[in-house]
Amino acid sequence: MTQFLKLLFRNRLAGFGAVVLSVILLLVLLTPILPLQNPDTTATADRFLKPFTPGHPLGTDHLGRDLLSRLLWGTRLSLAVGISAALIAATIGSAIGIVAGYFGGRTDNVIMRGVDMLMAFPYILLALAIVAALGPGLMNALIAVAAVNVPFFARNIRGVTVSLAGREFIDAARLAGMGHARIILTELLPNVLPVIVIAMSTTVGWMILETAGLSFLGLGSQPPQADLGSMLGEARSALITHPHTSVVPGLMIFLIVMSINLLGDGVRDALDPRLRSGALSRPRATTLVERQGEIPPASDDLLAIQDLHTQFHVGKRIYRAVGGVSLAVKPGECLGVIGESGSGKSVTALSVMGLVASPPGVITGGAVRFQGEDLVGAPYETLRQKRGDRVAYIFQDPLSTLHPLYRVGEQLAEAIQSHHKISSKDARTRAIALLKDVRIPNAESRIDNYPHEMSGGMRQRVGIAMALANEPDVIIADEPTTALDVTVQAQILSLLDDLRRDRGLAIVFITHDFGVVAQLCDRVAVMYAGRIVEEGPTGAVLDAPAHPYTKRLIACVPELGGGRRELAAIPGLPPVVDDLPPGCAFAPRCDKARDDCRAGDIPLDGTAPRAVRCLYAEEAV
Amino acid sequence: MPALKVENLAKTFPLKKPLFGAARDGVRAVRPMSFEVAEGETLGVVGESGCGKSTLARMLVGLLEPSEGHIEIAGKALDNADPAAFGKLIQYVFQDPNSSLNPRKSIRQIIEAPLKRLYRMNRAERAARISEVFASVNLRDEFLDRYPHEFSGGQAQRIGIARALAANPRIIVLDEPVSALDVSVQAQVLNLLADLRAQFGLTYLFITHDLAVVEAVSDRIVVLYFGAVVELGRAERIFAAPRHPYTSLLAQSAPVVGRALTAPEQKDSELPDPLNPPPGCAFAGRCPRATDLCRATDPPLEQMGEDQFAACHHPLED
Repeated sequence: MTQFLKLLFRNRLAGFGAVVLSVILLLVLLTPILPLQNPDTTATADRFLKPFTPGHPLGTDHLGRDLLSRLLWGTRLSLAVGISAALIAATIGSAIGIVAGYFGGRTDNVIMRGVDMLMAFPYILLALAIVAALGPGLMNALIAVAAVNVPFFARNIRGVTVSLAGREFIDAARLAGMGHARIILTELLPNVLPVIVIAMSTTVGWMILETAGLSFLGLGSQPPQADLGSMLGEARSALITHPHTSVVPGLMIFLIVMSINLLGDGVRDALDPRLRSGALSRPRATTLVERQGEIPPASDDLLAIQDLHTQFHVGKRIYRAVGGVSLAVKPGECLGVIGESGSGKSVTALSVMGLVASPPGVITGGAVRFQGEDLVGAPYETLRQKRGDRVAYIFQDPLSTLHPLYRVGEQLAEAIQSHHKISSKDARTRAIALLKDVRIPNAESRIDNYPHEMSGGMRQRVGIAMALANEPDVIIADEPTTALDVTVQAQILSLLDDLRRDRGLAIVFITHDFGVVAQLCDRVAVMYAGRIVEEGPTGAVLDAPAHPYTKRLIACVPELGGGRRELAAIPGLPPVVDDLPPGCAFAPRCDKARDDCRAGDIPLDGTAPRAVRCLYAEEAV
Repeated sequence: MPALKVENLAKTFPLKKPLFGAARDGVRAVRPMSFEVAEGETLGVVGESGCGKSTLARMLVGLLEPSEGHIEIAGKALDNADPAAFGKLIQYVFQDPNSSLNPRKSIRQIIEAPLKRLYRMNRAERAARISEVFASVNLRDEFLDRYPHEFSGGQAQRIGIARALAANPRIIVLDEPVSALDVSVQAQVLNLLADLRAQFGLTYLFITHDLAVVEAVSDRIVVLYFGAVVELGRAERIFAAPRHPYTSLLAQSAPVVGRALTAPEQKDSELPDPLNPPPGCAFAGRCPRATDLCRATDPPLEQMGEDQFAACHHPLED
């Protein structure tokens, strides 16, 4: 709650709205006990007194009634009606929306078409029709305003409910024996409540305005009762001669609606989880670089990551996602990077081309050298030219990396044309050739498919084709087969293997699967808590793992053909990288750990090509 | 008496009738299939995406009404889709532990639900039962008043298992229970499941796409392809000596340390289209052994060898 208020008041405009609204609400609540004149007492002798007349601070109206008194009583009534209308509309509309969204199918269809019909009428016409049928009066105006706003809530809440109703916890509730009514009330409602509050906070102002509109037309509050709309309506004839009678209620309406809208926007921003996590702050084009310490000298590798440090600065916390990683690949070589989630393997890969989102990502040390040239801190244009041209990426989920609204051929052509000046026709020919290279059958017709028309394996082939489009020197593949079926995975892996042998591609292959590494990679680096704990030729590391983590990780993965057995699990959880223990990060889970493991930094040591970061290694390397 | 008996169970999802022309046939997500699971047994169900394994699981726990066929649990027929009737006998553990826990409820409220609704327990009975269940999945009681977002994937999956256990079912359907977890945590959860089975005499239906995992935990394994059972056999035999070419393809595709990388099938093979299913064997288009017979008639599931069944006109030899 305090966090919510803090967020709310960080938005200055929302804070201003909140203050103005609180003052108005306080005044309105105190109205009955304030020493005001009777708002309905007429004194025709004193009609149209100017503001600041003694006894009448805001003057009087055409019947000589005190404007201040009428204003406060009128505001009280208008606010009460507007807020009640909002509550009624929100309750009925949300109920309709939840029922339609939860049950779906025909129920949804019938309800939502009814709502659509209601929406097809201009709201004022609908409200007029309702009031005409029920007769004028404030109560009927309230009903009319509530009714015309029901569709807004119904549609909004239905959308949210549909996405929630497909979630697994709803199924779980059904399996726990809950009925529909209970699921709606205890499972769905708490989850849609924030949306209802947001929708309400942004519409209350609008509803106050609509009520005032109806009263202005003489369909709402009836004389002598004052509300803001009727005050305006009565003052209309004296607009030119005595403008203060219109300006006073008009100003009040303006203040109320403005403050409610400012506050409502603030509430929405503070409650929306996407906005709360800072999604609105636009990431920079390249990762922020704040390098401390010395920059390592150039090496003769094709791509060399040298003592890279990448951190995430979230509030006061610093997550050391990558804490000093050095990797290198030569042409035609495949390097496997293996690790569990949170080990920093993906962040390492994204740091190469400055693709880590900033904020919150910051590269704080080391270098990434492509053919000797340092890419960390390189200008955006240099990076942009190399991204996809010299160093290309393949990501895990091809459905989220391909644009759903463009044909795959157009996306391939765009990848080529952003680096090479060739005609669209040539680009298309090249795209077809690429699709053939990744062995997509009927490439000529498949090129005009949209991503959703292809299977997962086909889409990943398009992803690979796109990575190959400019004949890069290095491909960084981040779990490219994890989302695929095993038979498709086997095809994709053999495709990548052929490509690197034919074209001399260097591949950095990130995965959590030892079987994949064993089949594809020449060398492997094992990462844990943002650092490399072991590296060496794949066969040597897998046959004789030197780090206890590597050994136990291999042991806890079941292998096909091993038969039924107890698996050697590693107890505990990987550490969170904002609070790493001193010394070895694996020590808390390691049964070989001694006091000196927890004392200080442990170097990555060994005779090339093997190295291990452990004081009591399983094997001497 | 088998713990679970399924007879000719099938599910067809109807397609929308087009504005003009006749209604099309629905998508046959699960073709008529029959199998039995013995008391205390773990039956592995393995297949690739779109093979109907999740549809099967949802029918078995009553979340989806079968189009045809019968489900019998401990001799009691349960054909209607009413999770409450199924709940005491069969429970479900979801794939994604985080999405299966309501983010706005405390862990206690989540685990209490089946006790309240299915067993109508009072507060004291519920507290005792929850402590018991929580102890058996190795979670501390202090977690009960926290909310789902505070837990890691492995812990959340334990909570999901605890919720299923709380209903005291005879059978648990585990739908990819470890595929969202890291490998080091995956082994913890698999071992926990094995302990629970021994402790409570549970029967498992373990659905996964991971051959190594299913082999490590199952007694028998069913291989599904395109909504139908293509092979059924003992876990230690089925991948070592497959009879159906598809099972063999699966076994050869799984990445194994120490095996050279080869693409086990032709590069241009296409998966069958569910909207326009092929007439004969669904695997014929990808099968190196396919003949005209395969493309014309669908092979039935037949016994081959001691306790292995396969649906193939030209099965592989031992």
